[in-house]
Amino acid sequence: MNELLEKLSRARGVAGHEGEVRAILREELAPHVEDLTVDSIGNLIVRKGGSDSSVRHRVMLAAHMDEVGGMVIRVNGDGTVKFSSVGGLDPRILPGKRVTIGAQAVPGVIMRAPHAARTGKRVTPISDLMIDTGGAGGFEPGDMVTFESDYEEYGRLLKGKAFDDRVGCYVLAELMKGSYPCELVGAFTVQEEIGLRGAGVAAYAVEPDVAVALEGTVADDLPKEHDVSPTTELGRGPSISVMDRSAHADRRLVRILTETASAHDIPWQFKQPGVGGTDVGTIHLAREGVPAVAVAVPCRYIHTPAALMDPTDVGHTLELMSKALSGPLGRPLGGRVE
Amino acid sequence: MRALIEELCSVFGPSGQEERIREVITGHLDGLVDEVRTDRLGNLIAVKRATVKSERGKRIMLAAHMDEIGVMVTHVDAQGFCRFTTIGGVLTNTLIGSRVHFANGVEGAFGMEGSPLARERPTPQKLFLDVGADSKEDARVQVGDTAVFRSSFGAVGDRLFAANLDDRIGCAVLIETLRELESSPHEILAVFTVQEEVGVRGATTAGYGLEPEIILAIDVTATGDFPQATPMEVGLGKGAAIKVMDRRMIAHPKVRSWLEETAQAYDIPYQLEVLEFGSTDAAAVQVSRAGVPAGTVSIPCRYVHSPSQVADYNDALGAVRLLVNALGSEYPS
Amino acid sequence: MNSDGKSSDSDSFSLLKTLSETPGVSGQEDRIRARVSDYLAPLVDELHTDTLGNLTGIKRGRDSSGKRVMLAAHMDEIGLIVTRLEKGFLRFAPVGGVDLGALPAQEVTVHGRSDLPGLIASRPPHVLSMQEREKPFAQADLFIDVGLAADRLAELVSVGDFISVRRSADRLGNGQATGKALDNRVSIVVLLQALRILQGRSHAWDIFAVVTVQEEIGLRGAKTAAFRVAPDVGIALDVAYAEQPGASAEESVPMGTGPAIGLGPNMHPKLRKLLVDTAERDEMPYTIEVLPGNSGTDAWAMQVSQAGIPTALISVPIRNMHTPAETVVLKDIDRSARLLAEAICELPDDLSALALDDEA
Repeated sequence: MNELLEKLSRARGVAGHEGEVRAILREELAPHVEDLTVDSIGNLIVRKGGSDSSVRHRVMLAAHMDEVGGMVIRVNGDGTVKFSSVGGLDPRILPGKRVTIGAQAVPGVIMRAPHAARTGKRVTPISDLMIDTGGAGGFEPGDMVTFESDYEEYGRLLKGKAFDDRVGCYVLAELMKGSYPCELVGAFTVQEEIGLRGAGVAAYAVEPDVAVALEGTVADDLPKEHDVSPTTELGRGPSISVMDRSAHADRRLVRILTETASAHDIPWQFKQPGVGGTDVGTIHLAREGVPAVAVAVPCRYIHTPAALMDPTDVGHTLELMSKALSGPLGRPLGGRVE
Repeated sequence: MRALIEELCSVFGPSGQEERIREVITGHLDGLVDEVRTDRLGNLIAVKRATVKSERGKRIMLAAHMDEIGVMVTHVDAQGFCRFTTIGGVLTNTLIGSRVHFANGVEGAFGMEGSPLARERPTPQKLFLDVGADSKEDARVQVGDTAVFRSSFGAVGDRLFAANLDDRIGCAVLIETLRELESSPHEILAVFTVQEEVGVRGATTAGYGLEPEIILAIDVTATGDFPQATPMEVGLGKGAAIKVMDRRMIAHPKVRSWLEETAQAYDIPYQLEVLEFGSTDAAAVQVSRAGVPAGTVSIPCRYVHSPSQVADYNDALGAVRLLVNALGSEYPS
Repeated sequence: MNSDGKSSDSDSFSLLKTLSETPGVSGQEDRIRARVSDYLAPLVDELHTDTLGNLTGIKRGRDSSGKRVMLAAHMDEIGLIVTRLEKGFLRFAPVGGVDLGALPAQEVTVHGRSDLPGLIASRPPHVLSMQEREKPFAQADLFIDVGLAADRLAELVSVGDFISVRRSADRLGNGQATGKALDNRVSIVVLLQALRILQGRSHAWDIFAVVTVQEEIGLRGAKTAAFRVAPDVGIALDVAYAEQPGASAEESVPMGTGPAIGLGPNMHPKLRKLLVDTAERDEMPYTIEVLPGNSGTDAWAMQVSQAGIPTALISVPIRNMHTPAETVVLKDIDRSARLLAEAICELPDDLSALALDDEA
């Protein structure tokens, strides 16, 4: 459906290897922003002044460029590869998957010992899995391992890898092309999946007045026996986090977003509290603190090779953020912390 | 101060929603300090300027956290039962039988899936809250709403019982210290912090913003004085505790000896504390910017993070005396 | 002291022996700091101790631009702390990641009013049931016995006193050495030897040699030191798990074949390459330590200080980490020092050489 989103989903970049994603975003945004820098850890920071010079208000939007994946630990003589996870890989879904290794994208398959497959009683830990490249070579320890999966349409949905958080990068890139009363800083961050490392550094440097992390988040809307939370659901609009393991949202920002959505008839949902964490975790603790919130596109099967998301949710997330930035989010926060 | 402790323990204030407790504490600061403000994360900062000119006067941050542990609704089912997640270090095995209440006054009781006779050890996924509703529409709470543990405040002699002595008793000690501290060579930055229970977040940003020269946290600590407790010297009624080490921090030796020497000089009973789990706001401020000498004055408290916490009033009084005497004199050179 | 590099104790083993045997549990680093300070003072232009106790030696470079490289080697060691006095014995808790399995029957020093020798006491197998004998000791099963009566013990020891392992450092065969706290005293030797090499060399950048505290309890010293120094580049010096029976090749690096250069997201790719290129140019042996996430070293704290610092890691392989029987190949220490010294001389005149923005 969308060329930029497709390019971002296909790009490969685990924590510490975000160069390819960064290059795509640089090229895309260079004509649209006033300033574009890369810091020492690899964050891409883009800036654009506000349209209303009387407004002194700096909003930072953050989306992380890295995806979950692996790293080559050792290359054996027979061409098999030991790897370890970079970020939260789920060992249950790894056996039999196709991966690509290193800068040259050498293809390989994840294999496990036949006896482990036969008994199937125990999840095979990543340390017992290997990648077989058929002895291809062309990579070395430290190189990244990424899932291999096409970007395509599945009925009304989109399928691809790394929607967490390339969909956030996409929404952020599109927002940077617009014009808002406030100063807008886009932080495409690194190393979110291994501890929200890039975002804290970016927020320290940017010193925003408020911040919003744009994410692809868990949708757990498969049929269930019990009436419990789906975390988020596809097709019900952007998800707004009140609290997760990394942060409490600033409730004023939550209200700005929910009221903006209601005013413009944009569907929205609360994400199940207490689940996951986002760049907000380090952003809101930068310097003297930054009021912040996370807004996300619901995605099924994140952290696997093939995530699904609903293009209407992507559109509604973009619309919500754009309306909010043109409205109350683009103006200084009133009132006290709640 | 007893009435103050009881009052503070009755105010709603889970981590992330400290507005009510902040308002109540602000009321008690009237006339005690030179300046009161709220920062970007919601920390309440009260500044009391030095009354005695001294070259050895310091900028001393005192931190007591306003927030308390609680639960947050994650899902309301068709029958009106609520699933929840915990806020801070809630002990799952204390939930059955305890009661929570929401900001709007709604009460909640914990229930568990399955037969009440064949009870296994509860996991949070198997528990739910009964908020007195028969349907989702009928429920007066929604996803994102929070509740705190409530049991009636009680006292047996000088032993105090409440669900949130952690750290309302510390807040009371800090307010009382500001009241009794008549003169000081130090600039006192009294901070009632937010979000301590979810990772000392308020102290992290307040410490950065205030750039204190010394940080003292005022918080509760565990004890080793009940059957089969983890071996630990601290007990109720033996005085305030001066921290040596906890899970995240080792107190600065000079801050510790300043407190110890003050206690000895004024004949204030005290105990030394090595805590193997948990930490305080001081741990966050200690590593703020280029580092801040840190210490903690602790009020011993049994059953911390359960809905029935027990402390001794005399230890709180001792903590006030220790703080007032330490802050009233110069910091050793 | 021995800045001329000719004195007898300037060889790496005697330096290591002195540093290893000096106590310095996280949070009580005064003695090890004083010892390091003696060695560091003649090698630097300025020396000072900061709020948390980090020791910083500054060696000025020839360049007036004042570009700063921060070297971080932690001085603290894991240890124990007294939690309670019980009938003439001491109860204790760990300070840092102590290997409980290596404690029973180990001699220790209790740093009370004076240093007291003691040992970790446990009940003998003869009095235990077969079931009890098969279980490893839990912390609650162990005491410290210093051979004093309860009243005398209470006069000399109080809750909160630190305890260090009592163990001499000695030579083993094949150029190896063993002792306690080689994590991370070997890196302090690396730091000192590198500074000695640099006495006769010209380097453009200012060197901030920081011997940090409280690394073992959460990289706390490096965090505050990095904030204060605000360097342009940071290099952490630490130890790596060396190959040994029972350790897989994935979780360890070879021993005796030079320093391990860290590789992974914690490391700045261009700074890491500078280390590798330097080693290749001078034909110095080195290995690669692949670190997919948290390196668990001061490098992890330095990288995200303030607006971010390009960071690298040089590690000396050691065996039996966090036990009183750590071992090291002495040659690896000297090779690490040489690599560090040469790399410092290679730091670029223009910081844009480290910029990531030309990377695809």
